Amino acid sequence: MRVLLRNPRRELDIAGPRRVHALLADLELNRESHLVIRNGTLVPSDEELAADDVVEIRPVISGGAV
Amino acid sequence: MKCRVCREPAVIDVPRHNANFCAPHFLDMCRRQVRKAIDDFDMLEADDRILIAVSGGKDSLAIWDMLIDLGYQADGLYIGLGIGSYSDVSGEYARAFATERGLHLIEVSLRDDYGYDVPTATAATRRVPCSACGMSKRHLFDKAAIDGDYTVLVTGHNLDDEAAVLYGNTLRWELEYLARQLPTLPAGNGFPKKVKPLVRLSERETAAWCIIRGIDYLVDECPIAAGNRHLGFKAALNTIEAESPGTKTAFYLNFVEKVAPLLAAHAFANDVTLHPCTRCGAPTTGEICAFCHLVETASAHEPVPVELITGKGARRR
Repeated sequence: MRVLLRNPRRELDIAGPRRVHALLADLELNRESHLVIRNGTLVPSDEELAADDVVEIRPVISGGAV
Repeated sequence: MKCRVCREPAVIDVPRHNANFCAPHFLDMCRRQVRKAIDDFDMLEADDRILIAVSGGKDSLAIWDMLIDLGYQADGLYIGLGIGSYSDVSGEYARAFATERGLHLIEVSLRDDYGYDVPTATAATRRVPCSACGMSKRHLFDKAAIDGDYTVLVTGHNLDDEAAVLYGNTLRWELEYLARQLPTLPAGNGFPKKVKPLVRLSERETAAWCIIRGIDYLVDECPIAAGNRHLGFKAALNTIEAESPGTKTAFYLNFVEKVAPLLAAHAFANDVTLHPCTRCGAPTTGEICAFCHLVETASAHEPVPVELITGKGARRR
């Protein structure tokens, strides 16, 4: 599958199928600080992503002066 | 994975509630949490004139959207910080949100209105970038609320923001800061009432709100903030949260309920006399407020490009 990552923006090709929580673990990303989006829709952590899916892993952490 | 409410397929799991939700019931959960924060902490009345500090990011656009959705009337305030293309794009998101919904957005530009920007202020003051940025924003939020006769200023601080600040203040036992870290600060001493209706929602949830509601927001992180201490505190708390869901909620909300009342005597405003700044009229402990000092120093400095600050910032923090 094609995976878009942000901050910095980059793309990876990952072998599939794979469940969302496993994909995040493989990439060492905390699920508390990321959402996974497929075709503009959120995907929950136990969903299986297909080998031909295109997904975005979006970081949700922001922070500067508070 | 099924929605806890309707058993239809879920789009998001929320471990801290040990629940999964479809899109409509996730939005309902968010509305309930914001409603509860507003009611529990006496944040808003139906006839309030509300000003929302808007950055173009997920939190400020989500709370603007939620308050309108809940039936409130609210204007937005966007401050152009002059942080290169990051600020240019953030302003575009804020304007697009307001225009598409017919909402009123007030704009202030540090460079055009005060003769400096955040990168230049950082270089001129030789302090960490978030210091000049935060001070400028707080002053201008207060000023816009007072000048515009708004009865309450809303900011998009979420549960993660508040838990991270609490974590940092607790590590150093900053009693004065801890005493003031409340979801509602009443008006007084020349300051407007300030409220944080998102304190019961995590930033993963505010981001999910935006995605489900089709709100375009600036995903990219501030190039100057990257690597700051606050983000380190968030990462530490999220490591704990992943192992023990609900920890951030308990840490912050139990502090507000059980500890903050014990610290009230340490609140800064209790024992300091404030006077109007002789230049701008804002409340201050001295003759001239910190913002006017910053304007004087930074506006006299040659403009500094953001790229220079991002290189320096990594070493200084």
